Order: sequence, then structure tokens, then C-alpha cells
Amino acid sequence: MVVANIEVSETPLVLYTLRRADDALILGHRLSEWCGHAPMLEEDMALSNIALDLIGQARELYGYAAKAEGKDNDEDKLAYLRDVRQYRNLLLVEQPNGDFAQTLVRQFFYSAFADLYWRAMMNSRDATLAAVAAKSEKESAYHLRHSSEWIIRLGDGTEESHARAQAAIDRLWAFTGEMFAVDDSERGLIDAGIAIDPIALRERWLKTVTNVAGEATLVLPQNDWMQQGGRFGRHSEHLGHLLSELQSMQRTFPGLTW
Amino acid sequence: MYTQALNTAEADDRSLEDVAHAAQFQARIDAEERIEPNDWMPAAYRKTLTRQISQHAHSEIVGMLPEGNWITRAPSLRRKAALLAKVQDECGHGLYLYAAAETLGTSREELVDAMLAGKAKYSSIFNYPTLTWADIGVIGWLVDGAAIMNQIPLCRCSYGPYARAMIRVCKEESFHQRQGYEIMLTLCRGSDEQKAMAQDALNRWWWPVLMMFGPPDKVSQHSDASTKWKIKRFSNDELRQKFVDATVPQAQYLGLTIPDPGMTQDAEGHWRYSEIDWTEFKQVLAGNGPCNRDRMAARRKAHDEGAWVREAAAAYAKKRQYRQSAQAAE
Amino acid sequence: MATPNTPLWEVFIRSRNGLAHKHVGSLHASDATMALQAARDIYTRRGEGLSIWVVPSTAITASDPAEKGMMFEPAESKIYRHPTFYDVPEEVGHM
Repeated sequence: MVVANIEVSETPLVLYTLRRADDALILGHRLSEWCGHAPMLEEDMALSNIALDLIGQARELYGYAAKAEGKDNDEDKLAYLRDVRQYRNLLLVEQPNGDFAQTLVRQFFYSAFADLYWRAMMNSRDATLAAVAAKSEKESAYHLRHSSEWIIRLGDGTEESHARAQAAIDRLWAFTGEMFAVDDSERGLIDAGIAIDPIALRERWLKTVTNVAGEATLVLPQNDWMQQGGRFGRHSEHLGHLLSELQSMQRTFPGLTW
Repeated sequence: MYTQALNTAEADDRSLEDVAHAAQFQARIDAEERIEPNDWMPAAYRKTLTRQISQHAHSEIVGMLPEGNWITRAPSLRRKAALLAKVQDECGHGLYLYAAAETLGTSREELVDAMLAGKAKYSSIFNYPTLTWADIGVIGWLVDGAAIMNQIPLCRCSYGPYARAMIRVCKEESFHQRQGYEIMLTLCRGSDEQKAMAQDALNRWWWPVLMMFGPPDKVSQHSDASTKWKIKRFSNDELRQKFVDATVPQAQYLGLTIPDPGMTQDAEGHWRYSEIDWTEFKQVLAGNGPCNRDRMAARRKAHDEGAWVREAAAAYAKKRQYRQSAQAAE
Repeated sequence: MATPNTPLWEVFIRSRNGLAHKHVGSLHASDATMALQAARDIYTRRGEGLSIWVVPSTAITASDPAEKGMMFEPAESKIYRHPTFYDVPEEVGHM
């Protein structure tokens, strides 16, 4: 049997759902890499909880994408049998864990967005997406709380932790713009009340991020050049390695049930 | 209860175990009373328990590594979530157990430092590598199965905090063994390749799992005192036999062969296994297992690389306290 | 170098409305906020709780087991504090 990538008919709704599913899976996968290696046992527990929330969100969204597509794809085919050019996640979430500061800054940038995003999506005209949003909103709110508290402690902790947190912010800032980008395919869904316009969230996101960074004595970069491409399958080099690990069993033993 | 503060010098001042105290203590144990943290206890009881509970905790934490090795490669999203939740549980169990050990007067930090310095032991089973996905099935089915055999009697252990921690652990672990057996069942109902993978994993883990119950009764050094103090309620060999008897039919159901050609069933229905190679056990315990060095290196790395994070949290707490008291003074 | 100690906290959880908070275990955290988050992440993973208290372990003052006799035995003889001590004729009904 040939190990082939599946084909996905990316209608606007399928593509939209896949993009959010990929965000959740890739970030959940990254966090799961910490399990057994965190700075303290209490954080092993916390990071695993966040990872499990995100993997749960991914599974629901993949299930819905498969249903919306109406072919014979399912959550596992979508996760395990698409290659790097078919993945639709934000560049931010695929960035490597780095040190604890980099992981937490990545989480903070994403959760500050996800919290607003899912709360707004609870009003989606698409009943399934609205239901996923209702569940994810509570999870994201806690992820934001957890990561904010850590940003404050790392920023306002020791000289070393401050330097590491600032370096993480400087490194990851350019990946935050992509969260607010909209293409034509999403514009239609926004007009139909199925998706929300992320631009409307940007000001509140910036306020949250600015407040927490301020309390943490950290500085947000002035540079507003933003990296883009993840939503269209143009990723960083990191994603390919992540996928080769994530998909290794399905690629080595195609078509089996585990 | 559960506080370091309560186990202060007072208890140590009484370490001259007068005979009356010791007799009273033993009478409470014999009456199945639970011993609580600030109760009087013989120094040897405290030492034995601190060693046993902390070893148990270290085992849970080091035990995250062999299974954690497959979280990023789990073959389906359902399996990935279940495995992550399971390894996370083990972390929680380590945490409950450290807390129970701390009630005896040694801090978690000291216990962890001893482990990282190579001065404290953990279960030798975690020094074997997980090579294929089937190993995750076998660990859940057999390693957790063996652990449960060991842990259920500990729920009635004479030391209250340990017994309570074990009740919580056993409750949470009930899904672990089922998770492992379900993986094995799926493999055994799958392709020839999958079935071979399952058999290969069983072949590699069977004997190390039997060794988990510890040395045979005739040479076990801690058993006498532990039995008297009702820390231990069954002997190593009793538990091992119980485990084998429970496991053989489960293997038969899977269609797998226990890698012990000399195994026979006696008249009472017990499955009699062949002689265990205790030289291997001693070597693994002495640090010469296939993964001892890797496991210690991974734990030390996590500890060392986490130091600046713990320092940051402590520094922030101090600053906040200072600011609050400065504010209150205004 | 010895690892510096992170403070120990005791965790109490209310499992359902109407019940009291019950001690469930301990954890380590640098401050109260982190202790509360850790308690949530460690002790409510299976939906065990609706409310959490965390208390620094050092804030607990405990009775001394050596004084158990003095502390608790005097109460045992006060049987007149229990309803079964008193005789009320059955005809009177439940009281």
C-alpha cells in the first residue's frame, strides 16, 4: 500500500474549521512535549492539562471538518495524513518550545487571542462551531489566566527570568499578526455570520497583552512587520519535523487500526 | 496533618525510644489503628517509611519517561489524549506521594536531591526502553497491573498519609491497566505485523515485570519489620504469584504466549513460573540497566533547566510580599 | 547545591454545593495565586470540585497527640449531651 497524503476538498467552511483544528493540535502537541520535563511537577500537571484541552478542541474541530467535507476523511486522517503544505495552522503555534519563557509567551499570545475569539464565536450561526466555542471559551480563559500569571512572574522575577521572557517576546512578536488576518474565503463566512471578524478583537487583545506585559515590566516590540503563511501551508522549517514525529506510526504502518 | 512544621525537633528529642512508647506504638498497629504524622513513632519506622514512600514517588516520576517517549508519536488522537492523561496521572501520583513522605519530616526538595544524586532508588522497571507502540500497551497492562497488585494492600498501610495517598492513586489508576489492555487487544486483532509487535513487547517486558515485586522472600531484607509494622501485608512472592495467576488467562485471551516455556499449572490452579534471573535484576538496580543513565540524565536536565523558573517565582513572591507590607505601612 | 524549598500548601475542596471543604492533599507553590492554580490543575482533574481553598501549611496549628487524653477523653463521659440519654415515652411520638 502506498503511503499517500489524503486530499481535502477545502470549501470555505472546511478550510476555516481545519485551520482552527490545526492550531489546537499543533499547540497541544508542542505542550505535550513538556510532559515529564517541566521545571516543577506542578507545571507538568498544568501544561498537560492545557495540552489535553487543546487536543480535545482539535478532535472536535477535525470531526466537524470531516463531516462538513462529506467524504471519507476523519479526525485521524486529517491529523496524520496531510503533509506540511496541507497544514493550515498559525506559524506561532508551531514555534519550538525553547525554554519555559518561550513556551509561556507563545501560550500567552495565543490564549489572549483564543479567549476573545471563542467567546465571540459562541454567537456563530453555525451551531457546531458555536458549541465548540462554548466549551473552548472556558478552557482558553483558564489558559490565559495561567500564562498571564507566569509572564508576570518571569518578567518581574529575577534578572535572568526577565531577560529570557523579554527575548521570547521579541522572538515571537512577529507571529502574532497572523491571528488577525482574513482572506477571501473567510470573508464570505464572516458576512454569513458563521465566522467572526478577528480585526474586531485586535484592540482588546493588544490591551490585555499590554497590561500583562506592563505588570511584568516587559516591553512590547514596536516593529509591526508580521510573518504570514501558515494559513496557506507556507510554514517555518519546524513544522515538518513536528509532523514527521506526530505522523510516524501512520506513515510507517499505513491503513492499520491502533 | 501534612505539615512539615508539625514534625519538629520535639519528635527527635524523643528518639531515645523508651520501651513503653514502643510497646504502645506496636499495640496501636496491632489494633489496626492508623499512625498520623505527629504521633510518636520509632525512628526506624519513620526511616523505613520515608525511604519506601519517596522511592515510590521517584518511581512515578521516572516512570513518566518511558511512556512519555510515545506521547508525541501516539498513532491516533484518541490514543494520544489517553496516553498524555495517563502520564500526567503518574506525575500527580508522584506529587501525592512526595507530600505523604514530607509529613515524616523530609522536604520534597531533599528527597528529589537524593534521587538526582543517585542516592535513592526507584523501580528498576523504568530502566528498560520503550521501542515500539506495543510497549505502551504492555506497560499499561502488565507494569500498571503489577503496580496495582502492590498498591491495593498499601491502601490499608498503617501510616495514614501513605494509605490515603494510595487510595487516591488506586482510584485514578483504574483506567491505566484497561487502557493498556485495550491497546494489546487492538494489536492482537490487527495485522500479523501488529500481533508480532505485541508478542515481541510481551517477550521483552515479562521477566522485568516479574522482578518488579522485588527479591524472593528468602532473601528480602526489609520484609520482617515492614510486616510487623503493617506497612507490608503480603510478601513479594505472594504478590508475584497472585499477579501471574491473574495475568496468564489475560494473555491467553489475547492469543499471546508467555515467554516461559517451563511454566506449568499446579493442582491448585496456580501458574508456576521458572526461576527468575536475579543477576539481571541486581545489575539494573546497580545502575547498569539499558536506560538508567538516560533516565537520570533526563530528570537532572529538567531539574537544572527549571532552576531559573523556580527562582523567578520565589523572587516574585518575595517582591510581592515586600510591596504589600510597604503598602500596609503607608 | 541543595535546592531551596518552595512553600508547602494544604488544599481543601468543596466537592458539591452544600458540603464543607475537605482536605484533599498538599502541593508546592511560590505564592497563593500559583497555589490556587496548581490545586485546580492537580486536584480537580476529574471534576472533583466546585470550590478550592489553599492554606499555607505553616499557618495550621495542630493539637498534640501526646495530649490526646487531656484534650478529648473528658468529652466521652458526658453522655447527657446526646439525645439517647433521655427517656421519653413512646406515646409522645418523635421528638
